[in-house]
Amino acid sequence: MSVLIFIDQAEGHVKKASLEAISYGAAIASQLNLPAEGVVLGSTEEDLSALGNYGVQTIHHVNNPALNQFDAQVYTRVIAAAAAASKATVIIFSNNVDGRAIAPRLSARLKAGLVAGAVALPDTSNGFVVKKNVFSGKAFANISVTTPIKIISLSPNAYKTVTTGGKATVSNLDVPVESGKVKVTAVNKVSGEISLAEAEVVVSAGRGLKGPENWGMVEELAHLLHAATACSRPVADIGWRPHHEHVGQTGLAIAPNLYFAIGISGAIQHLAGVNRSKVIVVINKDPEAPFFKAADYGIVGDAFEVVPKIIEAVKKIQH
Amino acid sequence: MKILVCISKTPDTTAKIAFTDNNTKFAEAGVQWIINPYDEWYALVRAIELKEKDSSVVIHLVTVGAADADPIIRKALALGGDEAIRVNSDSHDSFVIASQIAAVAQEGGYDLIFTGKETIDYNGSAIGGMVAELLDLPFVSLATKLELNGTTATITREIEGGEEVNEVSLPLTVSCQKGMAEQRIPNMKGIMGARTKPLKVKEPVAIEALTSVAGFGLPPAKAGVKLVPADNPAELVRLLHEEAKII
Repeated sequence: MSVLIFIDQAEGHVKKASLEAISYGAAIASQLNLPAEGVVLGSTEEDLSALGNYGVQTIHHVNNPALNQFDAQVYTRVIAAAAAASKATVIIFSNNVDGRAIAPRLSARLKAGLVAGAVALPDTSNGFVVKKNVFSGKAFANISVTTPIKIISLSPNAYKTVTTGGKATVSNLDVPVESGKVKVTAVNKVSGEISLAEAEVVVSAGRGLKGPENWGMVEELAHLLHAATACSRPVADIGWRPHHEHVGQTGLAIAPNLYFAIGISGAIQHLAGVNRSKVIVVINKDPEAPFFKAADYGIVGDAFEVVPKIIEAVKKIQH
Repeated sequence: MKILVCISKTPDTTAKIAFTDNNTKFAEAGVQWIINPYDEWYALVRAIELKEKDSSVVIHLVTVGAADADPIIRKALALGGDEAIRVNSDSHDSFVIASQIAAVAQEGGYDLIFTGKETIDYNGSAIGGMVAELLDLPFVSLATKLELNGTTATITREIEGGEEVNEVSLPLTVSCQKGMAEQRIPNMKGIMGARTKPLKVKEPVAIEALTSVAGFGLPPAKAGVKLVPADNPAELVRLLHEEAKII
């Protein structure tokens, strides 16, 4: 028996969300007194044994170039084969883009109960109960899983990576790989940008900035803090910022450690996308802005005066 | 061309979230119900747009729910769609729900199955993938664009830090998100027409749940905002650095 962790890659590099999944899976493995094993699909640029540093003991590498393109159907079958080979009783994914596509498929295939978007380690004192967010972060649910195999997909940024200094044993796993029905014809990456879903710090701005030409200070602050930039829905809708930056109920839901909201009033639809952030800082000239009720720190003031001073102060502490 | 659009009933975004029965049930009293926004704005409206371009497209809606879901389905039919099927089950287990939809889909023989990317209540984003697996169909998730060319779909989907374009032959399951379609509201003709569109009620197939809710809870309330004077933003940076220790 084992805890099997799906280690997700992009262009041959392990995603940060997968490192969190490894540490999380390793903690469950030690809770259940089972080995922590990982599975990697497709070619890699990484030294996989180094992933032992996050707590995984064995890595099964299905090194087949057919897996360099993502197809949820094909990936599911390969991971099911890896799960059978390692006799996995708990299977861990990150609840990122790929995890959201594969984990439900695997759940249906193995008739294994799925907790999608877990935010804490399972409680195994009486059964197997996992906490997850529901109602777009406004509440949580404890989900009881009773099937012999359990699948958990971990919310990005919900569990901190833990380094143990270990090395993993890497072995090739030879399983049949069918050709997929999904053909990838183009990949468009915004180069150099920090992925919003994985970012630990997010600097976000809204209509209070008055126009797209005023985003320079938002980008500068984000750059200093190694943060991703985001925006409110009206700003994306009027085309000041690209749609993929829109966070909120109908855009992306994020859970960074620090969320800066500059000139965003904090409508309930926006809060639904960001209320899982650990620390929220609100800068708004309207003291009645609803966002202040959800904030940890705030400044009632003009963003055009306040933000440049914040940038100066950040530069000082970084020196 | 037949499209099946999966519709879920969810509490309105602004609904008060509270629980009853020893925190095991969502408190439904006084709650306004809506079509799950992702199902409505992106999945259903994209299907309607495809039908507007090609009148041979037939749209069926499916929901898994009790009779109190009927007003939501009528509202969806008022936007568009030819008929609806409600599977009479109040299960909240993703696998049970997906199995009901898969059974409906198998009977109907659809070229495309659309879901929203997730519901705003359980936030599982599990139904699309499960239905695809149960029917052994390809699945493209988090789609932001979809065009049809004969029996080939060209789909843009979100990936970390960008997007990817996929080409897939039908039949296929797609989960839809922002970008797929423009939000619209039902017109009077649609509302009147929806009253006479067929809404079939089907009894569920027997499927055992894989999970159950042991209990709900509310996150601890925030301690309250700590306000820093506008003339001293350096103090905010100091607090983030020394107190919160996050920069």
